[in-house]
Amino acid sequence: MRNLGWLRLPFLLTFVFLYVPLVVVVVMSFNGGKQPFSWGGFSTRWYGVLAADAAVRQGLINTLIVAVGATILATILGTLLAIGLARFTRSALLEAYSLTPAIIPDLALAIGLLVLFSAVGMTLGLHSVLLAHVVFGMAFVAAVVTARLGQNDPSLEEASGDLGANSVTTFFKITVPTLLPAIVAGALLVFTLSLDEFVIAFFTDGPATPTLPIVIYSMVRFGVTPEINALAALLLLVSFTVVIAAQRITRLTDAV
Amino acid sequence: MASAVAQGRGASRRRALGSRAVFLGPGLVYVTAFMTIPILLVVSYAFLTRGRFGGVEFPVTLENFVRALDPIYLRVLWNSIFIASATTLLALLIGYPTAYAITRLPARWRTVALVLVVLPFWTNFLIRTYAWIVLLNSQGPVNKTLENLGLIDAPLELLYTRGAVIAGLLYAYLPLMILPVYASIERLDRSLLEAATNLGASKFRSFITVTLPLTLPGTMIGAIFVFVPSLGNFIVPELLGGGKTVMIGNLIRDQFLKARDWPFGAVLALVMVLFLAGLFAVQAMVARRINGRGARA
Amino acid sequence: MRGSATRMGKIGAVGAVAASAALLLAACGGSSSAPAALDPNADLTKQSLTVSNWAGYYPEDLPAKFQSAVGAPLTIANHATNEEIMGKLTAGGDSGIDVAFVSGQYAQALNDAGLLEPIQPDLIANMKNLAPEATQLAFDVGNAYSVPYTWGTTGICYRSDLVSEAPDSWNDVLQPAEENKGKITALATERWLLLPALKSLGYSINTTDDAQLQEAKDLLIAAKPSLLAYDDTTYFSRLVSGEATMSVAWDGWCNYGIAEDPNIKFVVPKEGSDLWSDTMVILKTSKNKEAAHAFINFILDPANHAWVAENILYKVPNKAAMDQVGAALAAAYPNMGMSAADLLKEEVVVDVGVDSSKYTKIATEVTSN
Repeated sequence: MRNLGWLRLPFLLTFVFLYVPLVVVVVMSFNGGKQPFSWGGFSTRWYGVLAADAAVRQGLINTLIVAVGATILATILGTLLAIGLARFTRSALLEAYSLTPAIIPDLALAIGLLVLFSAVGMTLGLHSVLLAHVVFGMAFVAAVVTARLGQNDPSLEEASGDLGANSVTTFFKITVPTLLPAIVAGALLVFTLSLDEFVIAFFTDGPATPTLPIVIYSMVRFGVTPEINALAALLLLVSFTVVIAAQRITRLTDAV
Repeated sequence: MASAVAQGRGASRRRALGSRAVFLGPGLVYVTAFMTIPILLVVSYAFLTRGRFGGVEFPVTLENFVRALDPIYLRVLWNSIFIASATTLLALLIGYPTAYAITRLPARWRTVALVLVVLPFWTNFLIRTYAWIVLLNSQGPVNKTLENLGLIDAPLELLYTRGAVIAGLLYAYLPLMILPVYASIERLDRSLLEAATNLGASKFRSFITVTLPLTLPGTMIGAIFVFVPSLGNFIVPELLGGGKTVMIGNLIRDQFLKARDWPFGAVLALVMVLFLAGLFAVQAMVARRINGRGARA
Repeated sequence: MRGSATRMGKIGAVGAVAASAALLLAACGGSSSAPAALDPNADLTKQSLTVSNWAGYYPEDLPAKFQSAVGAPLTIANHATNEEIMGKLTAGGDSGIDVAFVSGQYAQALNDAGLLEPIQPDLIANMKNLAPEATQLAFDVGNAYSVPYTWGTTGICYRSDLVSEAPDSWNDVLQPAEENKGKITALATERWLLLPALKSLGYSINTTDDAQLQEAKDLLIAAKPSLLAYDDTTYFSRLVSGEATMSVAWDGWCNYGIAEDPNIKFVVPKEGSDLWSDTMVILKTSKNKEAAHAFINFILDPANHAWVAENILYKVPNKAAMDQVGAALAAAYPNMGMSAADLLKEEVVVDVGVDSSKYTKIATEVTSN
C-alpha cells in the first residue's frame, strides 16, 4: 500500500464503492423494525420470514433444477467441442462461431429463443430455460477447456495410442483426467452463471415455474422489504463461499 | 521401430478423423439450433407484419424499419448510448488506476485484491441493483449521513434519476473493466518502461508514451465489456430510474412482452446488435494495428 | 490452408438440418383440437390447477383451503403486472396456466386472440352471487369468457397530513402545487398512465382519436418533471414512508397504505375516472377445465369471496359477500363502501384493439422524454 502513492485514492475508492452497498444490505437484514430504512434493533426475524416463504423456496428449487441440468449438458457439449476444435480443425472461424453465445448480448439471445420456442409451439417452462442456459454455458466451458488444451502435451495421448489403447480408452484415461481441472472450472462457471441468470430466463420461462432470479425481481418490484435484505445477505454468503472455494480448488489443481 | 510408431500414429489419426463428428457435431448443431436459427428468425421477423395478438403475419414489409426512424426511438437510442458511454468512461477513470495499483501490490495481496474485485460480480445482479435502491432512497443511508453531517436540510433526490441509473450500471460492470486492464498492465514488458526511464523520460512521460499505448487493447476490451451489457440493460433503468429513464433494452423488452409488436422489437434488437458489432469491428481493427506496431518495434 | 469454403458449407449444412428439424417440430406443435365437452361429474381429485394471480392479491392459504374443499391441488404463480402475464400467455404454446387473473380489457384481448375457453355457467352455481352490474361490464357483457374477481376505480391516494390542500382534481397531480413537486407517483401500465390526462381533458379513457391522444400526451410530458416515479406496485409504501405525498392509485392498493397510516386518504377526482374489473379467465390450453370452473365457483362462494375481500382490501362484485363484510371494512377503509351504483358512474375500461399501439407509443414518448 505504501508504494502506491496517489494511486491509493482510486484504489480505496473502488473498494468502498464495491462494498459499501453490500455491507449496508447485510446490516439492514438484521434490522428488527418493519420499516426497511430505519433501525429497529437487532433481530434475525426476517430470516425466519424468509425461510417460511414458499415462493422463494420453490424458486430456489426451480433454479437448482435448471442450473444442475444446464451444467451437465453444457459441460459435456462444451468439452467435446473444445477437444474437437483443438484436434480436428484449426479454423479460427469455427472457434469464433462456437464461442459467440458467450459474448452475444443476453437480450438478443433471449428474444431469439423466445421467437424460436414460440415458432415451434413449444411450451415454456424450466425445460426451455435449461435449453437456453446450455447455449451460453457450452461456450464458456469450451473457452475454458480450449485455454487448457493450449498448454497440453499431445505426446501423452499419442503414447497411449502407440501402446495400443483404443481411442475411447485414451479419451477417458488420458484426455479427460488431464483436462479435469479445466472441465471442473468450466462446470462451476456455468453453474454460477445459470444460478444468477435473469434476462434469458425472464423471456423463456413459463409463468408457472419462476426461477429464483425471477422471484427476486418481482420481490424487488414490490418494494424494499427487510425480507429481501435477508435473502440478499444469504445469497452473498453463498456466492462468496463458492467463489473462494473455487479459487482454492483451482489453485490446488494447478499445483498438482 | 520408427515406422511402427508412424503406423500407429496413422491409425490413431484415422480413428480421430472418424470421431471428428462425435466431438464437433453435437456442439455445433446445438449452437446453430439455439443461437443461429433464433437470430435468423429475429432477422426475418423484422421484415414481417405485426400479428394482431402478438406473433407475426405476412406480408413482407419495410415499415418496421421506417418506424424505427421516428424521433422518439432515435432519442431513446441516443439516451442509451449516452448512458452506456458515461458508464464506460467512469469505469475507465476509476478502473484503470485501480488496476494499475493492483499490479503494484505484493504478489500475495494482488490475488486478494483481484478476488475482492470479482466477488461482488458473482453475486446476484438483481440483489446488487437492489442494494442501490436501499442506499440512495430518500430515507437511505446516503441521505441520512448527509443530513446528520448538516450538509443538506432536506433529502436529495438521488434515486429515480439518470445519475442513479449510471451508478447502478457502473456498480454492476466495473469489475469487467478492471480485469482486462489489469491483465494488460501485468503483461507489460517492464524493461520497456525501464528503458524509457533510463533514457531520461519522466514517470508521467513514460506512462503516456509506453504504458498507455501498450495497454490500449486491454483497455478497449474492458470498455467493450462495460459498454455492451450497459447498452442492452433494462433492469437498472427500470429499478433505479423509476420508469422515467427508458433505454433501448426497455424498448425491446416492451415490444416483446408488453406491446406484443414482435417485428418492431426485432428491428430494435437488430439496430442494437449491429451497433455493437460495429464497435467490435473498430476494436479489432485498432487492436490489430497496435499489435502490428508492437511486433515491428 | 485447407479449403475454408468447404467448412463454411458444412456449417451451412448443419444449419439446414437444424432448420428442417425446427420446421418439423412446428408442424407437430401446430395441430390443435376442437374444445372437448366438459364433464360435470369429472373426478376433480384427479386434476390439478395452476393459477396465475398478482402477488399479494389473494389470501395466502387459498391453495390449502381450495384443496380441502374441492379436492384438486392448487398452485399459484405470481405475476407483477397485466402486461407481464399477457406476454407469457400470448407467446404461443401451452403456458401451463389453467386460470389467469387479468384486468377486463386484457381478458377481452385474450378472447379476441382465441386463447380463452368459454365459461360454462352450469358448472358455476355461484354465478348467481355476482352483482347484476358485474355481469354487464362492457368488455364482456354476459360473462362469456371472464368472471369478475374484484372491481374498483382509480383515484388519488394521498397523505392528508403532508399536503396543505386535499386533492380533488386530476390537475392536482398533473400540475401540482410547489410543495408536492417530486413527491408524486403515477401508474405505469399504459392505459392508466394516460387516464389522468384524458379525464382531466374531459375525454373518454377508451379514446382512439389522434388529436385527443396528442393533447393528453403533451399534458403528461409537461407533468413528468414533477413526478417521483412511475409506479404500479409500491406506491402505498412510498406514501407510508413519506417519500411520496400523492399517488395515482387503484382504490384497493391505497387501502394497504391506509392500513399502516390512517392519514392516508383516497379520492376519486371530480372529472371522473374508470371502472376496472380484475377477472378470472380459463385458458383454452388448460387440461383441467372442470377444476378450473370449480375454482371460479369456489371463489364466488359468498363466504370465500368475503374472505378474499377482507384479505386483499379490494371490493368484490359479490353482493352476498359484501353484505357480510362490507360495512366493517368501509369503517376502516372508506372506499370499500362504494356501491355498485357509485362504480357504474365511472367509465368501463375496454380493449381498444389495434389502436392499443397508439397507447404504447405515447407511453414510450412520455416516459422517455
